[in-house]
Amino acid sequence: MSAKLAVTTLVLAGAMSTALATFAAASPLTKAEADAAVAAKKEKCFGVALKGQNDCAAGPGTTCQGTSTTDFQGNAWKFVQGGTCASIELPGGKKGSLKPV
Amino acid sequence: MLPEQDLCFAAAFAPALLDPTRLAPSIVTGPNGKAAGKRYDVYRNNVTVSLIDALAAIYPAVQRITGPDFFRAMARFHIRQTPPASSLLFDYGRDFPEFIAAYEYARPHPWLADVARIERAWLDAYHARDAAPLVPARLAAVAPDRLGDLVFTPHPAAAVVRSPFSAMTIFAANRETTPVERIDASTPEDALITRAEFDVVVRHLPPGGAVFAIHLMSGRPLGEAAASALEASPDFDIASNIAGLIEAGAFTSISLGEA
Amino acid sequence: MTTAIGLGPSTLTPLRFPPPVGGVAGTSFKHEHLNAILADGPQAGFFEVHAENYMGAGGPPHRALEAIRRDHPLSLHGVCMSIGGPQPLDKAHLARFRGLVARYQPALVSEHLAWSTHETSFFNDLLPLPYTEATLACVCDHIDQVQEAIRRPILLENPSAYLAFRESSMSETDFIRIVTERTGCGLLLDVNNVFVSATNHGFSALEYLADFPLSRVGEIHLAGHAEQSDDDGDLLLIDSHDGPVADAVWKLFEIVVQHRGPVPTLIEWDSKIPDWLVLQAEAAAAQVILDRYRPSMLTGDRRAA
Repeated sequence: MSAKLAVTTLVLAGAMSTALATFAAASPLTKAEADAAVAAKKEKCFGVALKGQNDCAAGPGTTCQGTSTTDFQGNAWKFVQGGTCASIELPGGKKGSLKPV
Repeated sequence: MLPEQDLCFAAAFAPALLDPTRLAPSIVTGPNGKAAGKRYDVYRNNVTVSLIDALAAIYPAVQRITGPDFFRAMARFHIRQTPPASSLLFDYGRDFPEFIAAYEYARPHPWLADVARIERAWLDAYHARDAAPLVPARLAAVAPDRLGDLVFTPHPAAAVVRSPFSAMTIFAANRETTPVERIDASTPEDALITRAEFDVVVRHLPPGGAVFAIHLMSGRPLGEAAASALEASPDFDIASNIAGLIEAGAFTSISLGEA
Repeated sequence: MTTAIGLGPSTLTPLRFPPPVGGVAGTSFKHEHLNAILADGPQAGFFEVHAENYMGAGGPPHRALEAIRRDHPLSLHGVCMSIGGPQPLDKAHLARFRGLVARYQPALVSEHLAWSTHETSFFNDLLPLPYTEATLACVCDHIDQVQEAIRRPILLENPSAYLAFRESSMSETDFIRIVTERTGCGLLLDVNNVFVSATNHGFSALEYLADFPLSRVGEIHLAGHAEQSDDDGDLLLIDSHDGPVADAVWKLFEIVVQHRGPVPTLIEWDSKIPDWLVLQAEAAAAQVILDRYRPSMLTGDRRAA
């Protein structure tokens, strides 16, 4: 056995029974309660694990049409400030400007 | 079969599509010999705009963070360098996080590439094969002395993205349309992406959780995964991490590896 | 909104054999309309989707399409087969296409007279081809392969074009007619594409339609277009699918239906997508024209009532 294997059978067995108890405690929902929970989760789109982590974006689709927006020529490296990056900070007080460094 | 040179129109037509500095190919024309410059530009524009739009649809949080002008410029460079190799657009942009990491003007935002990695994993989970997640009862049936050898089969939608920055918090705040509060980007965060049934869910993994999940998802046995997680993070909690991964639907089945 | 709906794989009933789709109007199926469509209940029309958007292994796209397909005829519209390109068809793509046809049993299956992949790059646009004996042979060979793979004929759509190839040696209508004769494929007549191409190339849309093998038409497309200008400042129409069908296109449509009789007709609206009600109203406008030319023995009673 690997020297790294510091987790004994006893520890694992204890952890597993604790983990399974989590589900046993959560399970006695009636069918109606479970359905309501599912519905509520869908209402919020993606629910529960961390609030607001996505907006149901479904990704790109194919096109069979042309576009009336002209935007193919740009060749300049853009560093204009336009998004939410200014509110995201790293220590040292340096805000996320999109200016060239 | 007809001579090959009769079919070389695509080879002549294609190269300038993603290169606006090249002239329209000489094989095309407007009606009655009219110039075809702006006419060819319609195709260049369709190709470029539709592919930028595809990246914007895969990476909406990145676009919100940078603003559309910055994003479109960055995306334009990427599509010219790396056009899609597959006609399945939802598969496009796998190299975009690496591109962002190397992009000169994104350098003040070292967390931006990790946000993109979470977004890419999100879309992969969305389109992944449907599979029923592991039911806890299966675990209850395993003999306690065999638990260390237990091997988990990862769910097709499950993925872990690790970041030395607060990439998950930044991702979460920017996939919404609500105002973004001040975020300290310096806390390392690990994200678990799953889709057990209908909805893609992104969860925050606790310390040691990513090492544990990555080991289990790559087929390492439970005992070894737990030991590695404890080594990485001494206060790693085995029980809550097992429960969390099962509840998230990170696995589909279990088997017993070699004893 | 979410595309996830309360119909998991466990509640799926087997898909029915494709219901016959007659002279009815349909719409592009957009996921943002799913809840509104389901709330309306089964309707008379059909829905069309781009095949490639359902080539993922699983997830919400398939659940949405299953929900739509349960109560409506489906039109599977491929946009990436690159039938008009010189290189061999992508076998993996063809297999995925075949899989979708088998899974969803669409009432209509169509592809484009265009190409989108060269070597290893996919351009996500319907690119034009010259009309020569060489390209004709290549297109026919590709259509044979598709039809063999899915074991049914496809409908081939006429393109909208912004330029022409110097080497073209035959007209688009001649090219298309020979393709249908050699391969047995049907045609998807995009009336807006005819109008866009006619304007852009200075030919008569009516003459084009007079030369077009209308008897082979199994579906019609209608869409909106945008206006730009060419190098000489002359009008150049863009097939943008981002607005209502133009009056001139409605007129051409009525002329086609008058000659061909009512066939399934799709309102394509792919950019700046409006509310479901707006799309429905556009389809209803097409339906009025289709009904006007319904053979009288079928509609006599209804009209009299």
